[in-house]
Amino acid sequence: MELMFVLGVPFAGGIMLGFWGHRHFAPELNSGMSLLTFLAAAGLTARVIADGPVLVWDGNFFVDSFNVFLVALTAFVAFTTSLFSRPYMRIELAHGRLTPNRLRLYHSMYQMFSFTMLLALLTNNVGVLWVAMEAATLTTVLLVSLYRTPASLEAAWKYFILCGVGLAQALFGTILLYFAAEKVLGPGGTALLWTQLNEVKGGLEPTVLGLAFVFLLVGYGTKVGLAPLHNWLPDAHAEGPTPISAVLSGLLLNVALYAVVRAKVLVDGALGTHFAGNLMMGFGLLSVVVAAFLLSRQKDIKRLFAYSSIEHMGLMTFAFGMGGALATFAGLLHMTVHSLTKSAIFFTVGHAAQKSGTQIMADIRGLIGSNPTIGWGLMIGSLAILGMPPFGVFASEFMILTAAMHQQPWATPFLLVALGVAFAAIFGKVQPMVFGEPSAKRLPHRPALVPVFVHLAIVLLLGLYIPPYLAGWYRQAAQLIG
Amino acid sequence: MNLPFYAQLINLCAALLLLLAFAMLTQRRILSLINLFALQGMVLVASTLVISYSTDQSHLYYSALLTFVLKVLLLPWILHRLIRALKVRWDVETVINIPATMLIGIVLVIFAFNLAAPISEIAGTVTKSTLGIATACILLAFLMMITRRKAVSQVIGFLAMENGLLFAATSATYGMPLVVELGIALDVLVGTLIFGVFFFHIRETFESLDIHHLEKLKER
Repeated sequence: MELMFVLGVPFAGGIMLGFWGHRHFAPELNSGMSLLTFLAAAGLTARVIADGPVLVWDGNFFVDSFNVFLVALTAFVAFTTSLFSRPYMRIELAHGRLTPNRLRLYHSMYQMFSFTMLLALLTNNVGVLWVAMEAATLTTVLLVSLYRTPASLEAAWKYFILCGVGLAQALFGTILLYFAAEKVLGPGGTALLWTQLNEVKGGLEPTVLGLAFVFLLVGYGTKVGLAPLHNWLPDAHAEGPTPISAVLSGLLLNVALYAVVRAKVLVDGALGTHFAGNLMMGFGLLSVVVAAFLLSRQKDIKRLFAYSSIEHMGLMTFAFGMGGALATFAGLLHMTVHSLTKSAIFFTVGHAAQKSGTQIMADIRGLIGSNPTIGWGLMIGSLAILGMPPFGVFASEFMILTAAMHQQPWATPFLLVALGVAFAAIFGKVQPMVFGEPSAKRLPHRPALVPVFVHLAIVLLLGLYIPPYLAGWYRQAAQLIG
Repeated sequence: MNLPFYAQLINLCAALLLLLAFAMLTQRRILSLINLFALQGMVLVASTLVISYSTDQSHLYYSALLTFVLKVLLLPWILHRLIRALKVRWDVETVINIPATMLIGIVLVIFAFNLAAPISEIAGTVTKSTLGIATACILLAFLMMITRRKAVSQVIGFLAMENGLLFAATSATYGMPLVVELGIALDVLVGTLIFGVFFFHIRETFESLDIHHLEKLKER
């Protein structure tokens, strides 16, 4: 029942905003729909915690402790981002960067994007998961090019082609998976249901599944932004409107990684080796290192944090690839805190760029003087994402490093050096933007900064104290993933 | 070796698909490219029909119908309208080096057959030998996307890749479940429409559909 609302509300919202998305009440309607989705997701979460995994509608939808926490996170961040987007998009409209028609497209696609992500998380069918991922690309591609500048068109084209080709690989992987499953489960709809596959995973043909995983990892990995397939990510983040950068970074990348992890569970069961994990560790480590060293060369503030996202997604992929209770627990925690912190940073970055009229970091100066809340938000957010104690990112990174020292000692120096380089690069760039001589103007609407501090407060809380039910929840999920 | 009649028919279709993939790889005229794409869709429909008839897989009839409506009628129609509206109907791509592309294509085909060999061993379908061809079609379409510089032909490459995937699905497994196929078809259709909208935006901004205008965002 809750499930129907979780999926139905954003879908209905997308249609309604398709008609009224340019009206003056549209931003409020957008937030309202997102709030309803969040409430439904919270209800669903409460039910799954109380009753355990749920399988509904002939097993077509499946909720366990792994995906329900992502559903809750997705609905929450989508809601706070919609709050942020209210003043942000009004300011963009006032600055003349948008027309009412494009605003309508934006609002409608925002809801549809939430819908596709929630569908990808909730469906039990590996094929529908693919369809939802492709749909998520389609809904965001016109948002990346919303400003119709040459750079944004190029970014959107790159995003479309690269992710389209990537997802085509993932479809081939899905076909191979179905091919292996059909031998055991027989043809028809049930052979692609994840729960069914999970039961018989030991009997699936290992060579086919190994090959399938390579394609799935390359395909969904393109969407996660793993190096060397990450080219689309910084462009799409830098050129699109900031609320979209926030949900792309905070949510879509997680959902793509979720798809990879689901596939890994099946492949591990079939192969009985650490093949999938090794591949993920390799890609993850490469992304962390590549992104960390590219950070210092960035001039655009949104590109800077886009590269930081690649680095963190690499870290998560590495953690899930390593496997084991501690590393998986840390990976899940890192998913949560990275989403919250990174979206909070993008909220402040968005307003900071609006105030300065540019995204070039050299021209953004002295935020603390012109607007202390934005300045402090950016500073605290950056410290949090860089893994400073007592924030949650510190806890999860510390756990990942500890696990790496035990299980894969060779990888630890790479991780430590990359984290150090990232720290120097980001801190060195953020510091003069926050302190330094002010160079900003007033905004026509009051910026929305409550979501920033709500997110950062949660991250701080998670760093100091993980509530027992959340820890239990992560532990259950870690057990499922193995 | 004496193959049953249907298997021979399917192999014939597969060979035609591969031939068309090569033809698309080297075709310079955009208009002919669209016609080749429609023809490839038609062969795909024929092979799906033969497979469904010979193996009594009734759900494949729906799949064939879907492919026919989408790949043979709707998408070529949309593409034709697009190139007419954009006035690129008679455009010719000049930069592709045909002999070199052909050679790389042949290497890709050999690679595809090697890749598919272990899977074909296991397959129990009558069509198992065609999986290699399906993989080759995917890779050739991919090569086409890389070598082209015009936005329209890149998109046709993308759609041809979808054709190859669909053929892989029918030949390896007698097709995916219907829900999934419907979903994929919807995504492809919406994708093409968005591409269409996109062409106009690109044209408005750059006054041309050449991709080389879209290579400005680089790491500086």
